[in-house]
Amino acid sequence: MKRIRVIPVLLIHKSGLVKSEKFKNYRYVGDPVNAVRIFNDKEVDELAILDIDASRTSTKPNLRQIAEIASEAFMPLSYGGGITQIDEVKEILFNGIEKVILNKMALTQPEFISRISERFGTQSVAVSMDVKKNWLGKYRLYSDNGSKIVREDPEELAARFEKMGAGEILLNSIDRDGTYEGYDIEILQRVSNAVTIPVIACGGASGIDDFRMAVTDGHASAVAAGSIFVFQRPHHAVLISYPSPVELKEKLYSQL
Amino acid sequence: MIAILDYGIGNIGSISNMLRKIGVKAAASSDPSVIANADKLILPGVGHFDYCMQQLKNSDFYELLHKKVLEDKIPMLGVCVGCQMLMETSEEGREKGLGWIKGSVVRFKADQMSASLKIPHMDWTEVHPTDSCLLYSGIANPRFYFVHSYHVLCDDPGLVTATAKYGYDFAASVQSGNISGVQFHPEKSHRFGMDLYRNFSKLY
Repeated sequence: MKRIRVIPVLLIHKSGLVKSEKFKNYRYVGDPVNAVRIFNDKEVDELAILDIDASRTSTKPNLRQIAEIASEAFMPLSYGGGITQIDEVKEILFNGIEKVILNKMALTQPEFISRISERFGTQSVAVSMDVKKNWLGKYRLYSDNGSKIVREDPEELAARFEKMGAGEILLNSIDRDGTYEGYDIEILQRVSNAVTIPVIACGGASGIDDFRMAVTDGHASAVAAGSIFVFQRPHHAVLISYPSPVELKEKLYSQL
Repeated sequence: MIAILDYGIGNIGSISNMLRKIGVKAAASSDPSVIANADKLILPGVGHFDYCMQQLKNSDFYELLHKKVLEDKIPMLGVCVGCQMLMETSEEGREKGLGWIKGSVVRFKADQMSASLKIPHMDWTEVHPTDSCLLYSGIANPRFYFVHSYHVLCDDPGLVTATAKYGYDFAASVQSGNISGVQFHPEKSHRFGMDLYRNFSKLY
């Protein structure tokens, strides 16, 4: 049976855990270390932790918080936000994080991807791409947490990131973020088909059916989500949840 | 005491964290005097095969490692690239491996796999152990987290202690006497990994 990774994405903003909608309207969800502990107890496949302030405000990664998170998490972890130095990458990886996630640095200094992959392996560096469809129906990439537009074509960029040594692409849809409208299958398929490395779908998931479609229609290798793992609908109460192994098996793996 | 061999390569923190969690006495160290006192060894490894081999060869404990494993025959467990380094050669690089297990490390053969399976293999995957391998004692439906583009190929298939499937069946773990290796990351595999490390600490 083929399994695919189902990855909660946790956003850190002003040291707290938040969830956004279309990269805006942050809502406080709780303490990150505590949330990671709960996800650990639920035996999640993997966790991605993104500090959404660090790059924009040019702050360094909070290594102490990262180490604290990793010491209680016995699943694969990735971290992104504010990483600009190879020594920071080393520190993060040695503290028990498997992968660093680059966003702005991948665009401004793509050779940084190569430096990381040559030293620590391609599996240790992922690139996060934030995309948005414009009014002409054209997909555009954004940096700086969705605030700056990037000229190059997302598919070409993804292929370049792979060539530079990225082991994985985290593809975020800004339009779908926090909306429960489902993944943007079109761009997912385009980017997945443009690279041979795994692409992780992110943005818009409302449930397991969306996970399945991301793989069968969007050709994603793994799926990520935020809102559905931290909120309970219809009233959006904060509640950390994760599908059970039986649910995943019946509704996801067996349908692929 | 288990010594986690520190030669400047990645996943040492994760392994220490998990051993601490399950209450197994361990020390991550590059100090020969510490390693000399260990009764078991864990050889971690992530990243490029050649870089790992070069770092290991340049470590202060390289000779001691040979003595502890080959003469004293204390149990040792290689993890991920630490498992691959047990072999003689790797398609990933030019460096010779430790050569303690006859065979090589080969890249996943994309032509024998469906195009939808990407390389690296980065997934939770079920492993199928042989009945005799003690590492998996008492673990029901074991599954582990894998991240790799290469896997080991033993000359003697009898040394393979578990297989997993990604496109085709490959060796997920190997053992030859006191020398064992696992391709996956037990330290990132929740209770499955805790049980495996517990078994290594108690049954080996």
